[in-house]
Amino acid sequence: MTPPLPLLEARNLTMRFGGVVAVNNIDFTLREVELRCLIGPNGAGKSTFFKMLTGQLTPSTGTIAFRGTPIAGSASHEIARLGIGIKTQVPNVFNGLPVRENIWLAARRRNTPDQTKRLVDEILEKIALTHRADALVGQLSHGQRQWVEIGTVLAGEPDLILLDEPAAGMTDDETARTAEIIRDINRTRALIVVEHDMQFIKMIAKTVTVFHQGQILMEDKIDAVMRDERVRDVYLGKKVAA
Amino acid sequence: MIHVPVRTWMSVVLLAAAIAVLIAIPDFVETFTLMQFTLFSAMAVLALSLGFIWGYGGILSFGQTAFFGLGGYAYAVSVLNLGESTEAIAIAIALPAVFAAFLGYFVFYGRISDVYLGVITLTVTLILFNVVNATAGDEYRIGNAALGGFNGMPSVPTFNLPGNPSIVLDPTQGWYATGGALIVVYVLLRLLLRSRFGRVAIAVRENETRASLLGYDPRLIKLGVFVIGGAIAGLGGALYVNWGAFVSPTIFALSLSAEIIIWVTVGGLGTLIGPVVGCFLIQYLDSQIGTQQTFNSNLALGAILIVFVLLLPQGLIPTIRTIASRLVRLRPASGNATESAAKQPVGAAR
Repeated sequence: MTPPLPLLEARNLTMRFGGVVAVNNIDFTLREVELRCLIGPNGAGKSTFFKMLTGQLTPSTGTIAFRGTPIAGSASHEIARLGIGIKTQVPNVFNGLPVRENIWLAARRRNTPDQTKRLVDEILEKIALTHRADALVGQLSHGQRQWVEIGTVLAGEPDLILLDEPAAGMTDDETARTAEIIRDINRTRALIVVEHDMQFIKMIAKTVTVFHQGQILMEDKIDAVMRDERVRDVYLGKKVAA
Repeated sequence: MIHVPVRTWMSVVLLAAAIAVLIAIPDFVETFTLMQFTLFSAMAVLALSLGFIWGYGGILSFGQTAFFGLGGYAYAVSVLNLGESTEAIAIAIALPAVFAAFLGYFVFYGRISDVYLGVITLTVTLILFNVVNATAGDEYRIGNAALGGFNGMPSVPTFNLPGNPSIVLDPTQGWYATGGALIVVYVLLRLLLRSRFGRVAIAVRENETRASLLGYDPRLIKLGVFVIGGAIAGLGGALYVNWGAFVSPTIFALSLSAEIIIWVTVGGLGTLIGPVVGCFLIQYLDSQIGTQQTFNSNLALGAILIVFVLLLPQGLIPTIRTIASRLVRLRPASGNATESAAKQPVGAAR
């Protein structure tokens, strides 16, 4: 019996910007309904990796397959339609539109009007913004806008969700709530989460991949990663000291 | 009992009022004024086309007059060959739409940036102006229709009753047709903006990257908006030619391209009523200034644009709405003002 296809498989992935190699020949595999955290210093290549996965950048070399379908170099909307959603580092939402409209736009692409309405109400409740549903997103706090973006991604019902620093700029309460949302999502969907906040990583992580200088330094369970000398040296050491 | 939102009621009342004004005006004004209103309405259709693609699609085209002119010439050539205006109007809408689809495909799928889009549309307008200008001579004719070069095409048959070319519309009926077309285009655009396509178009204008990451193809959406804008401008061209029974290359003039931008800016970008109001207002002022010799009307138009850009950058209609909303907020027990401002449905709010 052949093993099931991985949900996501990147091979020999490289991204060059002129003479700068942002991602250098990495291999990455993710199973169905897996939650993976990516950590690493700024400039390690995490966000560039996400941009390649979502079609915002075309890899210089290498392949990416989503359930066996090659997606490297495909347009963003084509990749989104295959089932990959992303929450970007800086909230990337429709600031001039109400919260409900943001979620509606994501939900309506795949659903009938009635299904869309139900899904929008459900997601508003999940991200705890039902009471601000008619407010313009631009009027919300940074944390709330992060939730709107997470809600927007969820409304698209993707099978793989990429979250780039979902807890950045959030209060402790908001961070705890975000971790709860992520665990809830992971019951049915795979996620890759980029985050610098190690407390947050501990709340959600099972397996962690460490990026360093465009390459994968190591990939293991959270405890093993935190004990690793190399990781402490290039990344965690500074955080522990801080 | 079905709950009908207040805004829907207001829209119905305003629509009824617009229809009432359309019907009543011929009883209150002279034929000359009625003809002026007919011209303003034809131009307002053109203004709506730019107001739609710029305000809701985020596409600043300097070439709406290209579609306007194509519509005008398509109508003139078709009506002279077919002897009937109904099909000619349909051709005047379809031809610019097809041309917009052709041009838009290369612009949007070629990922040409906004600045270059403006340059390309401007250039296309200039090319059309020069091409049509060079069609003097009897060899430049399409069927029965001689294009006439810089002299244009005189004595173009005006609208007739659909299916009955022998009954040509008189000025009052021409007003009903043109003013009615303006109302129909306005209502259709309003409905379109409430549809899924319209809401996605607004989303693309707001944030193209996010729309794309949600699975919408911004190129296709923008192309759709551009084509609809081209079709509306084409209809405006047919209405314009019907008004004057004449078309010449000046229909492609750059001055008109600039003037439409002023109408939309003055009336209010991101609204549908703004371009109509701006168009009527500026054209009325222009015609009044044109009756005296003290100063040049273009100078006045330029001054108006500068004043609006500097002092009322949102335009008339959004400014009036903002003031009205502030007045409502000042009233006690008016609720959370910020919330109520935000509760405007998309499309309807603008």
